[in-house]
Amino acid sequence: MKRSTLADERSSSADILSTSAEPAAAPIGRRRGRGRDWLAIVLFVLPALVLFVAMVLLPMAIATYTSLFKWSGYVGAPMDFVGLDNFKRLLDDDVFLGDLRRGGLLIILSLVLQLPAALALAMLLNQNLRGRTFYRLLFFAPYVLSEVTTAVLFKIAFSPNRGLIPHLLGGIGLGDLSTKVFADPKTVLYSVFFVISWKYFGFHMIIYLAGRQNIPKELTEAATTDGATSWQVFRHVTLPLLGPTIRVSVFLSIIGAIQLFDMIWVLTEGGPVHGSETMAVTMYTTGFKRFQVGYAMAITIAMFIISLVFALFYQRFVMRRDLEGAITGIGAQR
Amino acid sequence: MTQQPTAVAEKPTVRPDPVQQQRTFPRWLKKPLLHTISLLIGATIVVPIAFGVLGGFKDNGQLTTNPIGLPKPWDFSKYSTILTSGAFWLQLRNSTIVALGTTVLVVGLAAMAAYVFARFSFRGREILFTVFAIGLMFPFAVAILPLFILLRSLKLLDNPLGLILPQAGFGLPVTIIILRAFFRTIPAEIEESAVLDGCGRFGFFWRVLLPMARPALATVSVLAIVASWNNFFLPLVIFNDPTWWTLPLGVQRFQTTQYSADTASVLAYVILSMVPALAFYAVAERQLIGGLTTGVTRS
Repeated sequence: MKRSTLADERSSSADILSTSAEPAAAPIGRRRGRGRDWLAIVLFVLPALVLFVAMVLLPMAIATYTSLFKWSGYVGAPMDFVGLDNFKRLLDDDVFLGDLRRGGLLIILSLVLQLPAALALAMLLNQNLRGRTFYRLLFFAPYVLSEVTTAVLFKIAFSPNRGLIPHLLGGIGLGDLSTKVFADPKTVLYSVFFVISWKYFGFHMIIYLAGRQNIPKELTEAATTDGATSWQVFRHVTLPLLGPTIRVSVFLSIIGAIQLFDMIWVLTEGGPVHGSETMAVTMYTTGFKRFQVGYAMAITIAMFIISLVFALFYQRFVMRRDLEGAITGIGAQR
Repeated sequence: MTQQPTAVAEKPTVRPDPVQQQRTFPRWLKKPLLHTISLLIGATIVVPIAFGVLGGFKDNGQLTTNPIGLPKPWDFSKYSTILTSGAFWLQLRNSTIVALGTTVLVVGLAAMAAYVFARFSFRGREILFTVFAIGLMFPFAVAILPLFILLRSLKLLDNPLGLILPQAGFGLPVTIIILRAFFRTIPAEIEESAVLDGCGRFGFFWRVLLPMARPALATVSVLAIVASWNNFFLPLVIFNDPTWWTLPLGVQRFQTTQYSADTASVLAYVILSMVPALAFYAVAERQLIGGLTTGVTRS
């Protein structure tokens, strides 16, 4: 999903997986005095390290500490130490538990609908089709639009009286359906999913296409020569060889769903009746609207733990066969 | 798609399965079907955007009675009001400043660090590298609230640095990882001969390595620019004062104040705010797609 931040984390998490398997460059440090090397190392790494510690690690430390307090966040330092109470409250909070359920539903919808559609489309555009370069550019274009602009556009396109889609649906006798796209807590999540797919399917399609083009032609040709139908070639040659690409795309899709905020906030602000609320939205409203900063920090920590556990688990068990992730790679070296 | 009937005919005994001879649909239907699917999906993308573009040329009455068709008469006032208002240009300028500041900072610092990770061997190198790599596991959205508290105590709210510094910090992991991989592909002989020619460590980095790494630097810069350009969550919490609003924040605020009153103007605003992103995509499409895909599929 990310988001967004998107060329963002989505691309980033993938790169970690691919680079570390390369052989280390030949060590060249010995030629000069070690002292001069250390000076160069410190001078070159320190600026990045300082920025990283201050802007990435320090906030996580702040979140961990303040999540142990009952704190409005706006007057002085946190004083009212409550231990793990914020986390206990989290496990009893219907909204937060609902966030997990809704996030899970969005992930399932993505895996069952969006990614297979993107894969089918990639296979289609891999064919010798007139204008496929144009289609590829067009299908990817929504990815470069921000989630905010996408959401505002669709909010209006779906709006009951001035919208495009209600008119289209009304034209084919589905006018009733259109009035409750974002207004009915039961359907709102599906509408949100439609907009998410509109923005992101092109991204997944592009990486499948790149993966498909890395499969040597000889393999599919050999299968065809041996009498396999196009479906059999896809099922038994292309699909298995696309495995690593698909697993990365699934990974990015799930990480994106965990941190989904921009699109939801603009489309629905999480409503109606929490019907489209995500963890990030709950965190935002709790911290910035209701000023329960200590509790919102606990949500922050929960989101962090969920992404971390998921990422480590996924790299360790699902992608292990494909590539050595930097994180798990370190573990394996010891 | 490239069926080879002659080859199949040569080896009829390999798999005498009658099913494989049946095609699900006739061959002559295949191309038109593929084109129809592509056109339909293309329409799903184009129609909402076209609705926005045309909607910006309508007044709100037209938008209610005629949301789909062409505007009649064409109303140019929505677009021209926005383009002459100043707020739009200010936000465009702010987005540009923040994107460039973030990119220069993150690419500069990451290149230096990646150089060390790629070409020096020292105790603790992999551990230090892993510290950065772990940053990939932190979705930006997760850090918003503690970042707000931190930036508030640093007096960086309503200050572009409050956006640039965190964006650069969160961009470091990806950038370092991509650049390290690229730096490793440059042969050690080049560094050796540069050193023999009297180039110091810094001279090699500045005069040899960076010029050679231009394609990789372009890729990571494009990724950083797009990420910064589309960021919304952090600007939302740190910019109260409109002076530093970026485009996504400006669009969202314009939408919340004008949504019901003046929908046509909101459409015009959204469309205008898409133009720079789409123009950038047209120019940097190769770096963007290349950057996104090289990481995912090992080429």
